[in-house]
Amino acid sequence: MIRFIFPHPLLSVALTLIWLALVNKVTPGNVLLGAILGVVVPILTAPYWPHRAKVKNPLKIIEYVLIVLWDIVVANVEVALIILFKRNRDLRSQWIMVPLELTSPEAITVLAGTITMTPGTVSAMLSADSGSLLVHCLHTDDPDGVRDQIKSRYERRLMEIFQ
Amino acid sequence: METSIIIEGVIAFFLVIAGLFGIVGSFGMIKLTETMQRLHAPTKATTLGVGGVLIASMLYFFLVKGDFSFHELMITLFLFLTAPISANFIAKTYLQANTRPTDLPETGRDYGWSIYDDPPVRSDTPE
Repeated sequence: MIRFIFPHPLLSVALTLIWLALVNKVTPGNVLLGAILGVVVPILTAPYWPHRAKVKNPLKIIEYVLIVLWDIVVANVEVALIILFKRNRDLRSQWIMVPLELTSPEAITVLAGTITMTPGTVSAMLSADSGSLLVHCLHTDDPDGVRDQIKSRYERRLMEIFQ
Repeated sequence: METSIIIEGVIAFFLVIAGLFGIVGSFGMIKLTETMQRLHAPTKATTLGVGGVLIASMLYFFLVKGDFSFHELMITLFLFLTAPISANFIAKTYLQANTRPTDLPETGRDYGWSIYDDPPVRSDTPE
């Protein structure tokens, strides 16, 4: 019964909080409406999403978000410096193949999004069996180092969160 | 009086930072030559451009108007959800039209990259 009303408790909480943030006022009526949305939407969408992501360690998410936010600030400065002070012919753009240990589609999506938002890298494509990720690097002399950094800094943390 | 000048200074600082990064991002679009390189400019330099404006807006409403607004956080959230996805769409479309499998590194798997190769048949895929 509990599983039926709350097929995905974290999604329910997230939906309620997002609703409150969208209306921008915390009143009993809004909390109630948000709670109703938080219950109804997961039930309605459950059939379309049979293999839900299991979040093992919600507290690790906070650490991950803070690290990514910091990296985004650094990434912005780095990319801005490259754009402003590097001549185009000195730019060494490269394709990098990142072998993935993550298996759940949600975790891979988060990793790909993170790579796009952080230093000089854009994730472009998955292999057909989702086993490796194609990343475009704006400027690097050390493609293996970039790959190892992605694996140790982001993928390892996502493994702890999702698997 | 003294504090309001400091507050205004901080808000102005974030607005100026935002403007700088916005300009650099747009300049990157013109300066860089390859499509894949140009994709880097809007996905990153502009994130801090928009982020700076949102931080300034939050500070203004919190410190000057005295009420806390969640809308900026929501804009940040939706920006972080949509920016990587649109970048990925552009990258894939570009690859589809302009590169061959030999231009890209090996996947290191039994299957090639997803726009050239069919995915393996999954046992849980409905018939």
